[in-house]
Amino acid sequence: MPDTSNEGTVVRSPAAPNLAGGEIRINSDLLAGSEVFGLEPKISARGVNFYYGAKRALKNINMDFSPRLVTAIIGPSGCGKSTFIRLLNRMNELVPGSRLEGEILLDGLDICGPACDAAELRKRVGMVFQKPNPFPKSIFENVAYGLDIVGVRDRLTVEEKVEDSLRKAALWDEAKDRLRESALGLSGGQQQRLCIARCLAVEPEVILFDEPCASLDPISTAKIEELILELKKSYTIVIVTHNMQQAARVSDRTAFFLMGELIEYGGTGMIFKAPRDKRTEDYITGRFG
Amino acid sequence: MTKRGIIQNTGFTLLALCMAANIVFLGAIIYFIASRGLSIISWEFLTQAPREAMTLGGVAPAIVGTFYLTLGAVIFALPLGVACAVYLTEYSPKGWTVNLIRISVNNLAGVPSVVFGLFGLAVFVKRFGFGISMLSGSLTLGILALPVIISASQEALMAVPQSIREASLALGATRWETIRRVVLPAALPGILTGVILSIGRVAGETAPILFTAAAFYVKGYPHSAFSEVMALPYHIYALMTEGTHPEIQTRIAYGSSLILLALVLSVSMLAIYIRQRYRRGYNA
Repeated sequence: MPDTSNEGTVVRSPAAPNLAGGEIRINSDLLAGSEVFGLEPKISARGVNFYYGAKRALKNINMDFSPRLVTAIIGPSGCGKSTFIRLLNRMNELVPGSRLEGEILLDGLDICGPACDAAELRKRVGMVFQKPNPFPKSIFENVAYGLDIVGVRDRLTVEEKVEDSLRKAALWDEAKDRLRESALGLSGGQQQRLCIARCLAVEPEVILFDEPCASLDPISTAKIEELILELKKSYTIVIVTHNMQQAARVSDRTAFFLMGELIEYGGTGMIFKAPRDKRTEDYITGRFG
Repeated sequence: MTKRGIIQNTGFTLLALCMAANIVFLGAIIYFIASRGLSIISWEFLTQAPREAMTLGGVAPAIVGTFYLTLGAVIFALPLGVACAVYLTEYSPKGWTVNLIRISVNNLAGVPSVVFGLFGLAVFVKRFGFGISMLSGSLTLGILALPVIISASQEALMAVPQSIREASLALGATRWETIRRVVLPAALPGILTGVILSIGRVAGETAPILFTAAAFYVKGYPHSAFSEVMALPYHIYALMTEGTHPEIQTRIAYGSSLILLALVLSVSMLAIYIRQRYRRGYNA
């Protein structure tokens, strides 16, 4: 738990959109206490270790994610950031020979516990992947698929929700005249927004973005970032990114991972302007990674 | 021209010649069969039963018999083969057991067809008491088609990108929903191709139906699963080895061969068409 008598670095409030809010004193402990921001954590990782066979990919990660904030995870390739985000919706359990220690709580409930079903969890914690991965179906069917999975079958409701999701993902104007055409005919950026729409249709509470712009051009990237800023009004968002400018642009809080360890976690302004750890500073200033 | 240029041209020429040889073989077979069999083919030949000790009339019951036997084999082998492939690729834990099953399936494909025939005789005809019947023949042919369907389905399933499986699971679908709603539809063209190729193989097989289903001559058309049937491949064999009018029988045999060839080739063309049509699918 954060020690409130600590130095109390002055940064802009990470809770305020585009970092323009009033300045407050916060304490940046490794747990980057949500208590500090006055919010209950949506997701908490407690003492998480993760192994691929004998290889330890994550080392004792403790981290909280607050609702209606964008949390960015940065770090060099192979630092475990993708592995970590994929634990939050249990996608990693598909990897044979992998093992998790510690616990991950979603609203206080252990997501790996016997009371939690992976499919049910994933309805609450959606994910957008690195490479756009639409189904080889029509644009409409791509979005309607998730609705069918959660049991929404009434035709009018489905049509309504498909339109609504496409609008929220800023794809409606481009897609409305070609809903019955194959999703594979869309450009990469459009496909990624379709994947976001598909995810929104299920009405998750948390959205995990795993390097969502890695295969996109700058214009598509800008659209996705705009969208993320819009979505954070209603969702808890976690984004893994290689691109530090992107982390600085979209996130309220940033975590720096290195070789499976969480090195530093705090308000994005602070991480980028006044990192406390030498390794964070070296990475951010481009000395490695 | 440089030395490397000459080597390259020689290489390409050799490859082109090999390809040409293949076309020549196929062309020769079609020409040979067509030139001997085409003259006998008529509407009557396609629609009538044989008469006068195989010297007159047509081969319609054999066409119908081959159709039923093949259909029966597919009805039996398709669900079994696809289910087996789904289990092997999607559910079973990777390891030596799966490898063993995979090797067994491949070995099953290498078993000579006459051995399948003897197996069918021992098991379906005798043990299960189905007698020499369409049912016994279809089951035997079905087992023969299984390895083709299983390996084609496995390949089709494995070609479905992992990323769209993850997409479905991440939306909260169960593994079964993912397989049924996403993976199987995406793999369907590949599975169909395998099925159609196996139809081509099954329709032309003689040995497996020799002891299990086929008869030299059956009056009328098959009326139940337990009837003996006439079938094109066996009909050709019988015409060439039995009977008392070798000359006319040989002509009928060539005519029947031409029909069988046309059936099998058109089925293969259908497979190619389906594959082409759906190929520009994912991985865009």
